[in-house]
Amino acid sequence: MAPPVASLSAVEVDYPGRGRALGPFDLTLTGGEIVALVGPSGCGKSTALRLLAGLEAPTRGQVQRAAGRGETSVVFQAPTLAPWLSATANVALPLALAGLARGEARRRAREALARVGLAGAEDARPAELSGGMAMRASLARAMVTNPKLLLLDEPFAALDEITRRALADDVLALWRETRPAIVFVTHNVEEAAYMAGRVVVMTAGPGRFAGETTIDAPVPRPAGFRTTALFRDAVETVSGHLASGMAAAA
Amino acid sequence: MKRLSSLLAPLALVAVLLGVWEATCRLNHTPQYLLPPPSAIVVALIQNARILALSAWRTLAMALEALVAAGLFGGGLALLVTLSRTLDRAVRPLAVALQVTPVIAIAPLIVIWAGVDHPDRAIIALAAIVAFFPIFSGTVRGLTSADPDLERLFDLYGARPVQRLTRLRLPAALPFIIEGAKVASGLAIIGAVVAEFVAGSGGAQGLAWRILEAGNRLETAKMFAAIVALALMAAGVHLVFQNLERRGLKWWRGR
Repeated sequence: MAPPVASLSAVEVDYPGRGRALGPFDLTLTGGEIVALVGPSGCGKSTALRLLAGLEAPTRGQVQRAAGRGETSVVFQAPTLAPWLSATANVALPLALAGLARGEARRRAREALARVGLAGAEDARPAELSGGMAMRASLARAMVTNPKLLLLDEPFAALDEITRRALADDVLALWRETRPAIVFVTHNVEEAAYMAGRVVVMTAGPGRFAGETTIDAPVPRPAGFRTTALFRDAVETVSGHLASGMAAAA
Repeated sequence: MKRLSSLLAPLALVAVLLGVWEATCRLNHTPQYLLPPPSAIVVALIQNARILALSAWRTLAMALEALVAAGLFGGGLALLVTLSRTLDRAVRPLAVALQVTPVIAIAPLIVIWAGVDHPDRAIIALAAIVAFFPIFSGTVRGLTSADPDLERLFDLYGARPVQRLTRLRLPAALPFIIEGAKVASGLAIIGAVVAEFVAGSGGAQGLAWRILEAGNRLETAKMFAAIVALALMAAGVHLVFQNLERRGLKWWRGR
């Protein structure tokens, strides 16, 4: 088994004025696995993600991260592109910040854009991209550094159903190329069961572990995966965890 | 058609008002020193075109110099203030105090400090004081306006402070800085004219001085001519900055 890429041990996060937001909560990520964090709104799943990214420190407990600087990428709920930069310059930003030469950074950015299906939109500004295209550019920016750990914070929440399904397949196709460990936060049970190899369910806030399901199926998912018994069962199990997690908190 | 009427409607109103003005003056035989008819003002404008243009340029040049000074000082101070919360707390009340104190109240002081021989320095300083605040507050607001998630991204990739400033905060601040500069350009002209009035000497020879001079001689038509020149100049500056703002924002947004 691959060594852990990151782990949370008994982490708790308190926000001043708002009280406990998360925990105690444990999560261990193995290299190359895809984990979905599912939970009701306000359960602290985004906080857990920020802990994994190293953007925040826990109030109590331990965070271990094997990924070094530039080996972790985050995709936020909104595309979070700089409006004054072209798609290429936006995607090249992580490389530019790491001190890579401009020409090389732009070349790799254009390749990353092509991989997410945005060849031809290199010079477009974020304002000229549709919601789905902007999210793809954001994904390209996250993948351009070849991260070991990719963190997605409700990345498709603002998109329509067709676009989010296409993007889910895109993420899985990208995963196959470099096999980063992926954690993505969602409150959509079907999306979690479709994308993840392991679905971790959290209770209502402050979030604790409520249950876990593994989904043993090939990635990228075969056509018609959503109609298989395996998928339906996984959705049922996750929904069950979610319901009992809500009940336990209430 | 709509465009034409939106252009013609204000012109028609102005024409009617000028016509009434002209007629009233002529029918009542109003003395010229009290209220000259528009035709006399036009004549004064043409007769004094050269000196008015020169004075307008003087005032404009002083206002622009003040704008540059206010930009350097306001922008620089804004940069410093966003680096330290303590500095922000220290500077804010002073900046606001400077902003709410009427420029005309401090003008005599500045004129004394600049010395009688250098009214132009006093005028530039006073115009810069008025133009300072919109640039300062616009830049401060802009520098802290970047998307918090983009800030997190810069954290994640370990950006150095300089990178964060030049690649995130300054570009994000640009629309606010442009807006501040536009407001400041109008204020700089007002400040320059007010300061010229207070300086009240012929040393600077701007448009306000022309108004004063003509007023002292009861050349009311010439006063009006100078006011018209001032209004035209201010409108021109406003148009230029509005245009710059539109182009700047278009470039910034990419459409």
